[in-house]
Amino acid sequence: MRSYSPFRELFLARMREFYREPAAVFWTYGFPILLTAGLGLAFRNKAPEQIHVGLADSAEVAQLATALDADERFIVESASATECARLLRVGRIDIMVSFDDEAGAYEYRFDPTQPEAVRARLLLDDTLQRSAGREDVLQVAEVQVTEPGSRYIDFLVPGLIGMNLMGGGLWGIGFVTVDMRIRKLLKRLVATPMRRRDLLLSIISGRMVFTVPEMTILLFVAWLMFKIPFAGSLLSFAVVAAVGALSFAGIGLLVASRAQKLETISGLMNLVMLPMWLCSGVFFSSERFPAALQPVIQALPLTQLNNALRAVMLEGSGLGSQWMRLSILTAWGVVSFLLALKWFRWT
Amino acid sequence: MSDAVRCCDLRKRYDPRKKEPVDALVGLDLEVRHGECFGLLGPNGAGKTTTIEILEGLLEPTSGSVELLGMRWGSDDNQLRQRIGISLQETRLAEKLTVTETVRLFRSFYRQGRDPGEVLEVVSLTDKPNAWVQKLSGGQKQRLAVACALVGDPQLLFLDEPTTGLDPQSRREIWEIVRQQKSRGYTTLITTHYMDEAERLCDRIAVVDRGKVIAVGTPDELIARLGGDHVIEFALENPAESQDGPLKESYSELPSVTGSRAEADGFVLTVREPHVCLPALLEHTARSNYALARLTTRHASLEDVFVNLTGRHLTEADEEHVPA
Ligand SMILES: Nc1ncnc2c1ncn2[C@@H]1O[C@H](COP(=O)(O)OP(=O)(O)OP(=O)(O)O)[C@@H](O)[C@H]1O
Ligand SMILES: [Mg+2]
Repeated sequence: MRSYSPFRELFLARMREFYREPAAVFWTYGFPILLTAGLGLAFRNKAPEQIHVGLADSAEVAQLATALDADERFIVESASATECARLLRVGRIDIMVSFDDEAGAYEYRFDPTQPEAVRARLLLDDTLQRSAGREDVLQVAEVQVTEPGSRYIDFLVPGLIGMNLMGGGLWGIGFVTVDMRIRKLLKRLVATPMRRRDLLLSIISGRMVFTVPEMTILLFVAWLMFKIPFAGSLLSFAVVAAVGALSFAGIGLLVASRAQKLETISGLMNLVMLPMWLCSGVFFSSERFPAALQPVIQALPLTQLNNALRAVMLEGSGLGSQWMRLSILTAWGVVSFLLALKWFRWT
Repeated sequence: MSDAVRCCDLRKRYDPRKKEPVDALVGLDLEVRHGECFGLLGPNGAGKTTTIEILEGLLEPTSGSVELLGMRWGSDDNQLRQRIGISLQETRLAEKLTVTETVRLFRSFYRQGRDPGEVLEVVSLTDKPNAWVQKLSGGQKQRLAVACALVGDPQLLFLDEPTTGLDPQSRREIWEIVRQQKSRGYTTLITTHYMDEAERLCDRIAVVDRGKVIAVGTPDELIARLGGDHVIEFALENPAESQDGPLKESYSELPSVTGSRAEADGFVLTVREPHVCLPALLEHTARSNYALARLTTRHASLEDVFVNLTGRHLTEADEEHVPA
C-alpha cells in the first residue's frame, strides 16, 4: 500500500500550479528583474549633468561666453532677454545671465528651490570669477569616491531586493489564497479531513521556494549590470532574505484571510505596501523622516529587512549583529500567521 | 442499525442581522437509511444546497440537530470527514493540475481510500489521466469532482446537483457511478431538480419546497399517493369558456378520475384506469358540445406529485418564490 503525505501533495500542487502559469512566473521573476534593471539604470552613476546657461544678448554678457565655451561642463545658449526668461520658465536652461545697465552689474536668474539650479549658480559663478582673475585663498585637495560600495546604486539594490521580498510575499500568497476562496476550492478542501495548517504551510513553503531563484537572479543581475559588491557572506544574506520572505508570507496570509474578491485583496495589499514603499528606505534612507515618525517607521518590517540587507550586503555584517532586526521580522511573521489561522475564512 | 443520516427540525436563517433575513430552512426533517440512494428533489431556491451543506458540516444550522453515521459535528469531525465524500454544487478545481494529480491530492487527505487509478476507472476518465483540469469538458470536470469525492472510499456520499447542465449521456455516466456506490452497500444523498433523475436513480426521495420537506417516499409511493398513476391531458377548442365554471368540477366526477386541475389552456386529470375514463371523457365532451383540441395520456411523474402538492411546477416554482 502506498502512503500519501498530505503536506507533500499540497506543496507539489502549489509548485505545479505556479510553474505551469506563465503569468505567475513572469510577475515573480521577470518583473522584479526588469524593475531592478530599469531603476538601476535610471539611478546609475552618470557623469554629472551638464549645466544649461542662457546668456541674454548684450556686449557685457557676450564677454563671458568665451570662458564658458571652453568649459565642457556648460552648454551655452544666447538669446534675447525675454527669450532667455522663457527658456528658464520651461526648464530648458538652469540659469540665466544678464547685465543690468543701471546697477552696472551682472545678474543671475534661477530658481533657488531646485538643487540643479543652485548647483548651476555655484559652478557658473566660480568659473566666471576665476576666469576674471580670482585666486583661491584656501588650499584643498579632493578625493573622489565612485568605487563600487558607496554609490547610490549600491544603496538602492538592497532596497529593491527588500521591496521584491515584500511584493512577492504579499501578492504571491494573497492572490493565490483569495483565488482559491473564490473558486470554492478552499471550501472543498476543508470538506476533506485535510489539516488546515497543512494547506497554509504549503502555500507559505511554496512561496519560500519560489524566492530562491528570484533572489539568485536578482543578485546576479545586480552584479552583472552594476557590479554591486557583496561585502557579507552569502549565507547571511540567505538567512536574512528567508526571514524576510517568511515574515511577508505571514503578513500576506493575514491580509488575505478574509477577502472574498480580488478587488478587495488588491486594495488591501496596496494599503499595506504603500507606506512601506515610501517610508522603509527603499529609494532613500528611512532616517530622513522626522524623528517623531521614527518609532513607527522602525517598527515596519520592510524597514528592518532593508536595514539588515544593507548591513549584510554593504557592510559585511554577520548575523549576530542583526538579531534584533531578524527578531522583529520574525515577530511580524509569526503573529500574522497565528492571526491568519484564527480569522481565516474558508468558505 | 441506526440511519446513515438523521436531521431534525433544521432551521437556517441567512443574514440574521440584516433587514431582510432569508429563512432558507424552516424545520426540515430527514432520515436516510444505510445503503440507499436518497434524493432531495426541489425547485431552485428550495433549500437543497443549504440542507446538504449543513449535513456536510460546512454550514452551521441556526437550530436543529444532525447525526451522520451515528456521529455529530463538533465532536467527531475528523472521523466524519474521513468517512464522507462530497461534491459541492460549484467548485472549480485547480486548473493547472492534471486529472491524476488532482485525485492523488484528494487521496492524500484520507487515512484509507481507493487507488486514484481505480477511481478514474469508475468515473471513466482513464483516457485523460494527464490532461489539465482546464482542458476538460463540463461533464468530465463534473466526473472528476465526483472522483475526488469517491477517492476516500466514503460510506456516505453527498452529491449536490452533480448532473445540472450536463448532456443526457454525461448524466447517465454520473448515474452509473451512483449505482456502483450503491452496489458497494454505501449510502448516497443526491440533490437534483430533474424528476426523471430522481425517479430512476433514487430509492427514496424527499420533495423539498420553501425550506421544508413536503413529501417523502419511494418514487412509486409518491406517485401512488396521487391516487392513480396515469395522467390524461386535454384541451378544448374554446379554452376561455371551458377553463372555469362548472366544467372543471364535472371532470372530477368521471369514472376512475382521482384528481383534476386546470392548466395552461386545458385540463390535467389523474386517472387510475385510462380505458375506463377515456370513453366517459369523450362522451362528456360530445354531450356538452365542445370539440377536443388535443388529448394525450402518459404515466404520472414526480412532476405531477410536485404540482399536486404545491400547485406549482418544479421549473416555474423559482419565479414565484419569495423569501419568507
Ligand atoms: N449565503 C447566502 N446568503 C443569503 N441567502 C442565501 C445564501 N445561500 C442561499 N440563500 C438563499 O436561501 C434559499 C435556499 O438556497 P439553496 O441554495 O439552499 O437552494 P437550492 O435548493 O440549493 O437551489 P438551487 O437548485 O438553485 O441550487 C434561497 O432563497 C437562497 O436565495
Ligand atoms: Mg443548490
